[in-house]
Amino acid sequence: MKVAIVKYNAGNIQSVKFALSRLGVEQPILTDDPEEIRSADKVIFPGQGEASTAMKSLNEAGLVAVLKNLNQPFLGVCLGMQLMCEYTEENNTKCIGIIPETVKKFNPSSDMKVPHMGWNNIYDLKSPIFSGVADEEYIYFVHSYYVPKCDHTIAECDYLLPFSAAIQKDNYFAVQAHPEKSADTGMKILENFLKL
Amino acid sequence: MLTKRIIPCLDVKDGRTVKGVNFVDLRDAGDPVELADRYAKEGADELVFLDISATLEKRKTLVDLVKSVAEAVHIPFTVGGGISSVSDVKALLDAGADKVSVNSSAVKNPGLINELSNEFGSQCIVVAIDSRNVDGVDLVHTHGGTKPTELKTLEWAKEVEERGAGEILLTSMDHDGTKAGFAMELTKQLSETLSIPVIASGGGGTEQHFKDIFVGGKADAALAASIFHYKEVEIAHLKNELKKVNIPVRL
Repeated sequence: MKVAIVKYNAGNIQSVKFALSRLGVEQPILTDDPEEIRSADKVIFPGQGEASTAMKSLNEAGLVAVLKNLNQPFLGVCLGMQLMCEYTEENNTKCIGIIPETVKKFNPSSDMKVPHMGWNNIYDLKSPIFSGVADEEYIYFVHSYYVPKCDHTIAECDYLLPFSAAIQKDNYFAVQAHPEKSADTGMKILENFLKL
Repeated sequence: MLTKRIIPCLDVKDGRTVKGVNFVDLRDAGDPVELADRYAKEGADELVFLDISATLEKRKTLVDLVKSVAEAVHIPFTVGGGISSVSDVKALLDAGADKVSVNSSAVKNPGLINELSNEFGSQCIVVAIDSRNVDGVDLVHTHGGTKPTELKTLEWAKEVEERGAGEILLTSMDHDGTKAGFAMELTKQLSETLSIPVIASGGGGTEQHFKDIFVGGKADAALAASIFHYKEVEIAHLKNELKKVNIPVRL
């Protein structure tokens, strides 16, 4: 299976590669080449960092239209999920626009800090990527912005308010947490994605 | 519900795990990758590696260690020790570390925190603060807790938050190695004042100490080393005990 990891100025690539290799993907291709991405069986869109810088990098590489028009299973992770939306409040950035939602910033309360950092449980799981994952299972989150609950929500999580832990539209899937850092549960999610 | 995190810390010297009392008198505690794997299986929520190698030469082996750890375990981990530049951090994050922690270098050059958080995002920048009470005042210490500074711990913590730190690793040098309990008051003070997470470190010796630091000390996470290395406290058992008193943990 040919798995492409979209290359741009996002961190956390090494851990994604290690997780994929544990799942039997021999050589995931880290690439920003449109042809390589289009011809992959699966595309993973990682993310860590700041939205406007990331979008600038994707725009400069001419990748926005490419990512928007793929037909194979596609998985956005963390910032990757947020960039798949229409717009983010993070430095008021226009995103790729695969999913028509606006990403919002968490407002900390007196006893709930931002970033939302650590293990939290997900529920109301509605997708084959959660096959074999129990309701209320814990996965690892690190983020200050969130995708609100919407028609595309396929898993929810509560922090300050209920938000989208995962979303899906057609062949496009995305998770806010880091499956590559979420122990066995995260590996299960990645494994399910690879089986799509 | 967001859970409280249990974080084993591995002090690494020249590629081996070591553990000392009050930062001196080191003894060997095994292969860091094996230990990391064991902790991940036992239910550790995160890991912290602190490199205390004496020379720059030997520190370079840290990047290889980070790669091996990232390959073996699939939980988040932080790496610290001797980090003082954007290029140091980039090498460690590229090798698979999730966060880095800076300590003495941030005290010496506070602008480093801004620089790192702008470059990599605050979520991966942990500022470690070693604090010791001197004549009733909590003061920041550097160089493995040996050099006092004039910075007051709470003031410094506020400053590093403003500069873009994503998390604080607070070690009480007065408690470290004593197994007599965490620094309750200081941790609570920081946790209530700051809006970023605070990891309490130093003094955890029993399961009760962890209950205390999460409830009374308001810590978001608690870190310990030798009690986990030598199984004086077992992580899985500890988390079950925390659950029984309604402290949210991942089981």
